Amino acid sequence: MSQDANARLTGDFYTAPFGPRIEEEGDTLILNMGPQHPATHGVLRVIVELDGEYIRRAEPVLGYIHRMHEKMGEVKSWVQYLPNMGRVDYLHALAWNWAYVGAVEKLMGLAVPPRAEYIRVITCELNRINSHLLWWGAYLLDLGAFTPIVYAFADRERIMDLLQMVTGSRLTYCYYRFGGVSADLGDEFIRGTHEFVADFRKRLPMYRGLVTDNMILRGRCEEIGVLSPETARRYGATGPVLRGSGVAYDVRRAEPYSVYDRLDFTVPTGRNGDAMDRYEVRMEEMNQCLRIIEQALEALPDGAHIAPDLSERLLPPKGEVYFAVEGARGKIGVYLLSDGGPTPYRVKLRAPGFSNLSLFAELAQGTLLADAVSILGSLDLVIPEIDR
Amino acid sequence: MKRLFKTLQGLWSLAVGLKITGVELFKPWLTVHYPRQEVDNLATFRGHIELVPAADDPQTPRCIMCWKCVEICPSRCISLRLHAVGEGAEAGDPGLLLAPELKSPYSAHLPPPPDKIERVLDSYRLNYSLCSLCGLCVQSCPVEAIRFSRNAYLVGTTRQDFDLDLLARLRNPVDAPRPPGPRPPT
Amino acid sequence: MMAELTALLTHPLAQMVLALAAILAFLGVNGLVLLYAERKVAGFIQRRPGPYEVGPHGLLQPFADAGKLMSKQLVAPMGADRLLFWLAPLVSLAPVVVCFLPIPFSPLLTGMDVNLGLLLILAFSGLNTLALCLAGWGSNSKYSLLGAARAVAQSVAYEIPLLLAVLAVAFQVGSLDLSAIAATQAKGLLSWNVFVQPLAFAVFFISAVAETNRAPFDLPEAESELTAGFHTEYSGMGFGIFFLAEYSYMVVVCAVATALFLGGWDGPLVPGPWWFLGKVFALVFALMWFRWTFPRVRFDQLLNVCWKWLIPLGLANLVATALLVKWVG
Repeated sequence: MSQDANARLTGDFYTAPFGPRIEEEGDTLILNMGPQHPATHGVLRVIVELDGEYIRRAEPVLGYIHRMHEKMGEVKSWVQYLPNMGRVDYLHALAWNWAYVGAVEKLMGLAVPPRAEYIRVITCELNRINSHLLWWGAYLLDLGAFTPIVYAFADRERIMDLLQMVTGSRLTYCYYRFGGVSADLGDEFIRGTHEFVADFRKRLPMYRGLVTDNMILRGRCEEIGVLSPETARRYGATGPVLRGSGVAYDVRRAEPYSVYDRLDFTVPTGRNGDAMDRYEVRMEEMNQCLRIIEQALEALPDGAHIAPDLSERLLPPKGEVYFAVEGARGKIGVYLLSDGGPTPYRVKLRAPGFSNLSLFAELAQGTLLADAVSILGSLDLVIPEIDR
Repeated sequence: MKRLFKTLQGLWSLAVGLKITGVELFKPWLTVHYPRQEVDNLATFRGHIELVPAADDPQTPRCIMCWKCVEICPSRCISLRLHAVGEGAEAGDPGLLLAPELKSPYSAHLPPPPDKIERVLDSYRLNYSLCSLCGLCVQSCPVEAIRFSRNAYLVGTTRQDFDLDLLARLRNPVDAPRPPGPRPPT
Repeated sequence: MMAELTALLTHPLAQMVLALAAILAFLGVNGLVLLYAERKVAGFIQRRPGPYEVGPHGLLQPFADAGKLMSKQLVAPMGADRLLFWLAPLVSLAPVVVCFLPIPFSPLLTGMDVNLGLLLILAFSGLNTLALCLAGWGSNSKYSLLGAARAVAQSVAYEIPLLLAVLAVAFQVGSLDLSAIAATQAKGLLSWNVFVQPLAFAVFFISAVAETNRAPFDLPEAESELTAGFHTEYSGMGFGIFFLAEYSYMVVVCAVATALFLGGWDGPLVPGPWWFLGKVFALVFALMWFRWTFPRVRFDQLLNVCWKWLIPLGLANLVATALLVKWVG
């Protein structure tokens, strides 16, 4: 194979110019979107080759916010790695908290008190709503509507106030601990959450009227970026992206962890796999989160919020473990290898956004530039999570 | 005909959208307008850590200098200095006086410092620019000598401003943050 | 002496110069007012205070912004065609001044009473497209180029329904003189053309939104796709003039809509000019309201709306008007 075909495979855009192909196929324009671009939300870089406004090919370039989270796991003690998890995906920090804490608990065979399990469910689902709300606002921003994100932030503010009550933080939570959570829920939190659930139920129809039913939005989302279940599987897509294509795979149902098997909720799926389906899946998921929170609050048992007598110098036994949870963007997996020492021997984080982003090159082919932005937004990418 | 109906429906959806923003237009602000108003949830806010005074003396910290917070801190932002007094003062472990940067997580298995020696805390510094507010130090303290402050209004213009001397802050509350609002005349 | 001065002042040329000066002053003030209004409207819709810190309720904010824009260094990107790059903002703003000349604020307060006023406005507002095109081409930036291409396609397409809607009214009145058209609607609310020609009004207003590149039709500057479209590379006063021109065009189209469809200066109690301005700014408010409510349409959808809906509707309306005028009136 020629050199440029090789370069295309490795994706090294610095040393391999797009050049030779352009000469072959005529007049195209190479546009460098990012790393600073309003639609790439952070530091994602997408190189697109345009024919007019049609995208001939698009190639995401990663690594601008790589912070060596996995390597940091190897030099920090088991418990010191906790604050890192809130910073991998700052939008659904608690799910990452949970994935790591759950993995260590599984490795050590540590039992979590039932109250802590319910607390985790409640806070994690609140965090999920929070994440979906920000995605909703940012996606609409991509599509040119400025106001929804501000309305979303009004609701986010309430969630963050609630989570601040128990975690003390507003974004990068470090709340879960091995064997439980770091602080118990107060009455004020429970009352506030009940109020929030009731109020947010009333907000959802407003969102529908303002945005979901809007003719312009439907025009921008329907039949855009159609993702077949086969393609989604091929790329390992998970979360709302996969469910939008009609595959009802949700880690909370497929491999139930914690107390999710005791809670009643449905896994919404789409039919066509287009951007609108992914959108609708997320909107419906927020509704399901409310249901889960209500049930969990109802069933919240009394008792300890953390397993007693745990030394912070904990040493998990030798072995390896994989634990997955359902994050707002899909399956979050943490793989740990322990040699019995004070630090993990190897940490591997499976970020759902990485697989979801990989879809983009294929989905964006042949679409308009504006549609590519819509597709990119509908994948709900958090770049720090992808680069880790 | 069906297309026409769909278009009319679409136009109606636009009108619905306009109605929603039109209604919001006349609702009051949600903004908490900072210098004039303040947020009311600072009770649960976690600012930088601070030392808890002993029950009998507000000038003395409760800290027993066990080094647990220093060791557990993922960013190593806490550093203590102390000196020994009384019997065995000369035999004070110089290792304890090492800067924590020189210690590694592997030092966890080292024997704890001798606790027979009477010790006095000289300084308790927090490099707040490194702190990620994870709460591990607060949680690991055996005597609850550290807690989170509610200081949401800490500002500074240099990196040194965030190198906090917590002992001085405990002893001299003037250093402690002022509530916002008009500054008192100086 | 006095008589000479009066003669000089009433000379059409002198009148025009005075009018032009007055219009320039009006444009400047208008830019400041609309800048403030837009941000306040956006703020209130989003339940924020909007600008608040500079002056009471942020009233002086536009002055601060203008001062900032004017004091910035003028930077042209490397490899830009400097002549075209700096010409573009001027080409954008200059014609708008002429567009204001025939607008009848009241029967007396008209810059220049030409009997082809409508034609003048349509001709000169078309120049704005050229400005966007120059800006996009001269910037030596890919985003700008794409923005310029969109601007040209959009403006050319939307001028047709705009003309069709305007022609329907012109047929009905039998004049292209804005004052004359406004004067025919001075017989109370029901004589306003918006009730006589509702379809033409709808077509005109939608086309006007597209012509002024306002959201949801702000494709030439589509921020999330093209960063800032044709004015990506402009900063300081280069951007400021584009900004001023955009707001001025908003007022022009709204003023034309007022004169054509909303009865011009017609209204009770207060004098005509106040009514005229009030109607203009109500329409401007509607434009802002749209902007802060709707997502942006896609380019092909934008052109579909034009070719598949607005032009057929405009044509049908024009034919119907022509037939009615022929047989009835």
